[in-house]
Amino acid sequence: MSAPLLSFQEVTYRYPGVQAPALSDVSIEIGPGEFCLLAGLSGHGKSTLLQAACGLVPHFHGGEFAGRVTLAGHDTREHGPARLGAFAGVLFQDPETQLVMSTVRAELALVLESRGHGAGAVARGVEEVALALGIDALLERSTHDLSGGEKQRVALGAALAGRPRLVLLDEPTSQLDPVAGDELIGLLRRLNQEWETTIVLAEHRLERCLSSVDRVIALDHGRVVCDSDPPAFLEWAAEGSPALQTPAAKLFALAGLRPAPAGVRRARATLRANGLLPEEVEQPPAPAASKAAMPRLRRAGKPAAALELKGVWHELRDGPAILRGVSLRVQPGERVALMGRNGAGKSTLLRHAAGLLEPTRGRVERAGRVALLLQNPGDYFVHERVGQEAPADALAAVGLAQMAERNPRDLSGGERQRLALAIVTGSGEAPAVLALDEPTRGMDRAAKDELAQELKRRAAEGQAVIVATHDPEFAAACAQRAVLMADGRVIADGTAAELLAGGWYFATETARILSGAGGALLPEQGAELLRARAHGRERAGDDDRDSAGVAPGAAR
Amino acid sequence: MRSSLLFYRRMASPLHAARAGVGALWAGALALAALLLFHPLVLVALLAAVLCAGWGAGVGRTLARSMRRGAIVWLPIVLVNVLVSREGLTVFARLGNLGPFGQGELTVEAVVYGAVIALKVMLLILITTLASLTVDPDEMLRILRRLSFRSALTASLATRMIPVLAADAQRLAEAQRTRPEGAPRGARGRVALLGAVIGGSLDRAMDVAATLEVRGFATARRAPRSPRPWSRHDVAFLLSAAAVLALAILGRVSSVASFNAYPEIHAPVSVGTVALCLGLLAAVLLPFTDRRGIE
Repeated sequence: MSAPLLSFQEVTYRYPGVQAPALSDVSIEIGPGEFCLLAGLSGHGKSTLLQAACGLVPHFHGGEFAGRVTLAGHDTREHGPARLGAFAGVLFQDPETQLVMSTVRAELALVLESRGHGAGAVARGVEEVALALGIDALLERSTHDLSGGEKQRVALGAALAGRPRLVLLDEPTSQLDPVAGDELIGLLRRLNQEWETTIVLAEHRLERCLSSVDRVIALDHGRVVCDSDPPAFLEWAAEGSPALQTPAAKLFALAGLRPAPAGVRRARATLRANGLLPEEVEQPPAPAASKAAMPRLRRAGKPAAALELKGVWHELRDGPAILRGVSLRVQPGERVALMGRNGAGKSTLLRHAAGLLEPTRGRVERAGRVALLLQNPGDYFVHERVGQEAPADALAAVGLAQMAERNPRDLSGGERQRLALAIVTGSGEAPAVLALDEPTRGMDRAAKDELAQELKRRAAEGQAVIVATHDPEFAAACAQRAVLMADGRVIADGTAAELLAGGWYFATETARILSGAGGALLPEQGAELLRARAHGRERAGDDDRDSAGVAPGAAR
Repeated sequence: MRSSLLFYRRMASPLHAARAGVGALWAGALALAALLLFHPLVLVALLAAVLCAGWGAGVGRTLARSMRRGAIVWLPIVLVNVLVSREGLTVFARLGNLGPFGQGELTVEAVVYGAVIALKVMLLILITTLASLTVDPDEMLRILRRLSFRSALTASLATRMIPVLAADAQRLAEAQRTRPEGAPRGARGRVALLGAVIGGSLDRAMDVAATLEVRGFATARRAPRSPRPWSRHDVAFLLSAAAVLALAILGRVSSVASFNAYPEIHAPVSVGTVALCLGLLAAVLLPFTDRRGIE
């Protein structure tokens, strides 16, 4: 075996002023050309491990560091991130903080210029990395004008410009829509396969990348608890950490099938081999945004709407229209998922719903207060103590009553989200509508499940819930109706089962495995379908044997 | 959400196609002309030339917006000059004793001189705006990096981060508006809000610092010289800058653009004055007529 490119030897690390170790006795070796996935719940050490690999821990963050990390033979205690940057490119979560120049070309050139490459080498390096990542058309564009996906690609380009042997990525798809996220993972796979670039990727949505990776390293409270190939990881996760199970693995576990599949393709192959793959049915057309296609819930009478947008336009001065005649009616107690690509108009629609923006045409009618939870919960925190941020009863409602004395910025991701929810809902009369803009960004599956339950509880109390999300799994778990937007318009509006079962991108993994059969979106629904199918096959087999006079259980 | 801040965007125009150094030199020549010349007609011609150049560079609307906003600068200049100037002879209003301002005798000369100074200030604002919208800051900083890498990169970061931090502040303000009780009020509330804004900026700065660390900023070396052939637009704007500068100096030293506001207005308009105006218009705008090779 060749020498490892990255090696951790009994590494334990504590951030300054924190008692609990962020990494605890970590020993791993990653060889050249490997594609590794770091799995684990939020705050369990994935980001810290990546930062230790590139030298930011301990050089940038300080703290107590024990053990040894070597990158391409260089001990990270002796070499700082700048020197190690020649071997490892790093991509963090937020592309906004990774672009430091005004144009894409200058951004890509900066790394090479900083390393003292000549003008010719810089020009060639920029062209090559731009071509490799398919961003050559963006070279002269201003970095400020790029979309989220484009910014992330350019940031990846900057990380790769020096042709590092290792690329470290910390949840690079968390701010991207499903299309841009899949494109990025595809790009990483191509880099790995064609140029043998070693990749270490930390990601929460494992189903997005598990089929592309060679190896999964799971962390729990800073310790490595599983280090294996994807199928073995899924077997381990079923018992050891169900929150890390992918929807496909959960589907198979509930249906009593093995082995747990790493991806849609393998799942379908196993189902096909077992004769359980539903027939390829012609997908019904996506429900149009017309009255006739509205969910039954709407058509059963016409009670007062909690929120109604009537032909709402949002046109920028000297700019394009962000919303183009959007009409949307949400009933009390209804749970609606708002989906679509980045820039489709989801966030703007929610701002109109909450009255933060005024339509340039059309109008918005509200049955009461609209509580809007924006994308970054940290934006709400202006005090030193949780108890100062929200009333006691609101804190109690989200289960944070016992944390009133803590600093909001010390809370975990899920707790911050709950605190922000308590702030916007407030005390006293409940809001008529609860609107949430990308609430699951950077959340692990356990926290998402908690949030979905909380939203269902509020809807059961009569609040209308409307959630803008890129996560089809979360949409399926919390919403009964889904609205798909594109280019400022509502292009489809129907039940979640109708909308999330029939697509490639805006569909759950279960629906993609089962080709949308039976409208099954979640593993539980899919498993029920598969069990019924298996039962049906057994009965059909028994009938065949009876008619042929063959004894039950006899081999064919 | 769109920011109202001004920043460079690559566009298809002859000025954008010229190298940053030439663009900056051209803007510098226009600014120098605005400083050297005083004749109102010549200044108006220069203003028209700058506005037309803005349209030619595809940033005319932004420039027009800057001009409208510039009212908060030029109006006070005219008013203050009218109130404090005592040199004019043509009194058009007597306001009596104005305390610290003395006798309130308002003169036509003071109004005209105030307007000329305001026009010059307005021209400088518009030329600076035009330059910031059309001269690639990265390329400029690349030139400066050869002198001081870290200072230039810090300036580049500041340029890049201004719209980002403005968007952060806007987001934070929006989040506070969604509180049922509204944004925190009173002095304590404002201090808390300010603390949150500063805290957010520091978090942002830490993330950017981490990015720069792993990109090798600590071991950065001087940017390499990158030879680049002179395009038709580089040459055209360089010649334009030279012509504008020559005409401005000519206007300053000769009598064709002479102007005195006090004690009485003296602004003769001769054939030479008109020729100077036309010359300035042509010198500024001719490079925009060649639109070959722009992208």
